Amino acid sequence: MLRYAFRRFASLCISLIVASAVIFFAIEVIPGDPARYMLGINAQEDTLAALREQLGLNVPTHQRYLNWITGMVQGDFGTSYTYRSPVADMIGERLWISLPLALYALTLSTLIAFPAGILAAARRGSALDAGVMGVTQLGVAVPNFWFAMLMVVLFAINLRWFSAGGFAGWEAGFFPAMKSLTLPAVALALPQASILARVMRSALIDTLGEDFIRTARAKGLTKRQAMWRHALRNALIPVLTIIGLQFSFLMAGAIIIEQVFFLPGIGRLVFQSITQRDLIVVESVVMLLVFAVIVVNFAVDLAYAWVDPRLRGAR
Amino acid sequence: MTFQAKHLIAASTLALAAGLAPAAAQDSLTVAIQLEPPHLDPTSAAAGAIDSVLYANVYEGLTRFASDGSIVPGLAESWDVSDDGLTYTFHLREGVTFHDGSTMDAEDVKFSLDRARAEDSTNAQKPLFAGISEVTVVDPQTVEITLSSPNGGFPFNMAWGDAVILPTEAGDDVEGLKSNPVGTGAFQFDNWVQGDRIEMSKYADYWGEPAQLDSVTFRFIADPSAAFAAMMAEDLDVFYGFPAPENLPQFENDPRFQVLEGNTEGETILAMNNAKPPLDNVKVRQAIAHAIDRQAIIDGAMFGYGTPIGAHFAPHHPAYTDLTGLSEYDPEKSKALLEEAGVGEITLSLKLPPPAYARRGGEIIAAQLREVGIETEIENQEWAQWLENTFNGKDFDLTIVSHTEPMDFNIYANPDYYFQYDNPEYQALIDELTVTSDEAKRTELMQKAQRMMAEDYVNGFLFELGIQTVAKAGVKGLWANAPTQATDLTGVYWEE
Repeated sequence: MLRYAFRRFASLCISLIVASAVIFFAIEVIPGDPARYMLGINAQEDTLAALREQLGLNVPTHQRYLNWITGMVQGDFGTSYTYRSPVADMIGERLWISLPLALYALTLSTLIAFPAGILAAARRGSALDAGVMGVTQLGVAVPNFWFAMLMVVLFAINLRWFSAGGFAGWEAGFFPAMKSLTLPAVALALPQASILARVMRSALIDTLGEDFIRTARAKGLTKRQAMWRHALRNALIPVLTIIGLQFSFLMAGAIIIEQVFFLPGIGRLVFQSITQRDLIVVESVVMLLVFAVIVVNFAVDLAYAWVDPRLRGAR
Repeated sequence: MTFQAKHLIAASTLALAAGLAPAAAQDSLTVAIQLEPPHLDPTSAAAGAIDSVLYANVYEGLTRFASDGSIVPGLAESWDVSDDGLTYTFHLREGVTFHDGSTMDAEDVKFSLDRARAEDSTNAQKPLFAGISEVTVVDPQTVEITLSSPNGGFPFNMAWGDAVILPTEAGDDVEGLKSNPVGTGAFQFDNWVQGDRIEMSKYADYWGEPAQLDSVTFRFIADPSAAFAAMMAEDLDVFYGFPAPENLPQFENDPRFQVLEGNTEGETILAMNNAKPPLDNVKVRQAIAHAIDRQAIIDGAMFGYGTPIGAHFAPHHPAYTDLTGLSEYDPEKSKALLEEAGVGEITLSLKLPPPAYARRGGEIIAAQLREVGIETEIENQEWAQWLENTFNGKDFDLTIVSHTEPMDFNIYANPDYYFQYDNPEYQALIDELTVTSDEAKRTELMQKAQRMMAEDYVNGFLFELGIQTVAKAGVKGLWANAPTQATDLTGVYWEE
């Protein structure tokens, strides 16, 4: 297990280094000068030069890459060009919205998908199964931002149960804050839950056809017992893979949902920073997302090994 | 984890007060605008959003824009001009204090103006201060500003958000002003939750008419459908510069709301690269001007909001002359002109920045140009890209942009400006205007300038951008017009 973990960790480090270089240089070649963006169309050349110097943009690109990397390793993400505050603080603040939102959505989607997928698999071919398949088909097809708008019209404009958007702030209390994350979380969770339920169902159906299930039934377990004790655990591998992928998607895919609900999260920060050519913020946030994705994948790899002991010895 | 612990404690005490607080107590106001300011120092960035939040509310200059666009006294009670037009003496108001409690006096004025024109200044409108040769403190209430050449528009320059007065005390930490603005206005800055809102409250020691609202919250909603939803759900009291004109009739017919329609200083133009063939030929430019049906663009792209213009000049200004007749919609004439110019088949690039006026207007203009036989290649650009390639790099044939700076027809006197109009006669005219302070004479010169650019068909002059504001019915005292980028809330109140 330890050797397996170490191998996964080494590949994690290499991925991070390669990703950082790709991110930095890809973003630096986007046309658009941050100083000119900030000073607008009436700016004089000397003013632009003064600002570039202030922002440290007059340093060669590779030098800025090295500064960025060494800073980041020490937890210093640099200073935002436009906001002029430390990027680490900005990301930290926004994470307190995006992370809970992603977890909230992930929890919702798991809570919906597991029972739906299990029930559909257990009663394969029944009306219930058809119903679950139909609804999830719709859930996969409907774009989440459109679904979000529909919910806003119903719950914010007509029923007035929720605000149309914005974040109450954690300082307003746990429940008001969670309340303002509820519609966005549901909007994010619905398509994820649909995918997850379908994967859960097909994985379970596959496993239920395996020999060891027949053996389990033969030794006298009921269908339900065989399902809970043997099939479910074996069906979890593909489901875990999807959950791992989904978490990354929820962090990055929240960009649109955060626009629709004007939530001050990471997604909106990236969006704003790209238009304002606040490159250092874009680079740091993207790097952080990559880091999150790689770490989640690492965790998923470890979870495989935990679920399936055969993988522990594998390369 | 300490953060979580702290907030869970806060949560448990506040949980009973669950539900979002009602937005509309009668002495507070929640105002939304589209864009969030990048930082809060209006003297070191071009972003209009900074002025939208802070101008007149938190920061004031020597002079200021009134709602009709005229220049009225601000922190200077009055001013005298020497006979040679070179010296302006500003008499400052008594008893003006900054929000940190310090007194505003002539030293602060000198500090602010010297900082703006310094060599290492990052003021986005540095040309406003270019004519200043010296700022002298005569006594605490009097500042003498010496110009290198007479400038009749100097009090106008001092009204800009980029010319507001900052406290000298902040001199050591001017960077700090970017997150914590300290001004002299009727509202003082309280808090900024980045990405979400800016809060300010009434300043008790304000020198003038005190604000009628106790607290103001600015929110930032860029997405048009989110703006509509937030207004409909009554999460907001006012949306200044409402981004979804197609939804305005719905608000107009709803007794809970009012819709204000106003003017801006945004001349929206189809800019043409005057230095690049075939657009260096005035006949081709004239042909393009005649191919454009302004009303179709206003109706199609702006849902009818906008006033046609025939030159780069705001129609609500007293010196405006209506020259739309010089470039009326006439496709036949346009074709004839192209024939005359002998340019044959032409294909022009059309670069479109993000605003709806450009993206939607661009599609319509492309269709109108095709009618007369001009093909266009549309390229959508982000602002940063537009600034770099189109504006600075001058890599374009046609582009659509709204010039929102007030009274900016002097850009036509700069042959290096992106549309590259180079007419010495026009340049001489603007030079003459700059040194003229007689109002009647100035009006005459401004009208001459309008005619000259219209007859040279420098650009396609499309329309003056309107601004629409949606507010709850009880909110009074809002500005309908936007003579500068500002959301002046000092006179806003709730009617019972």
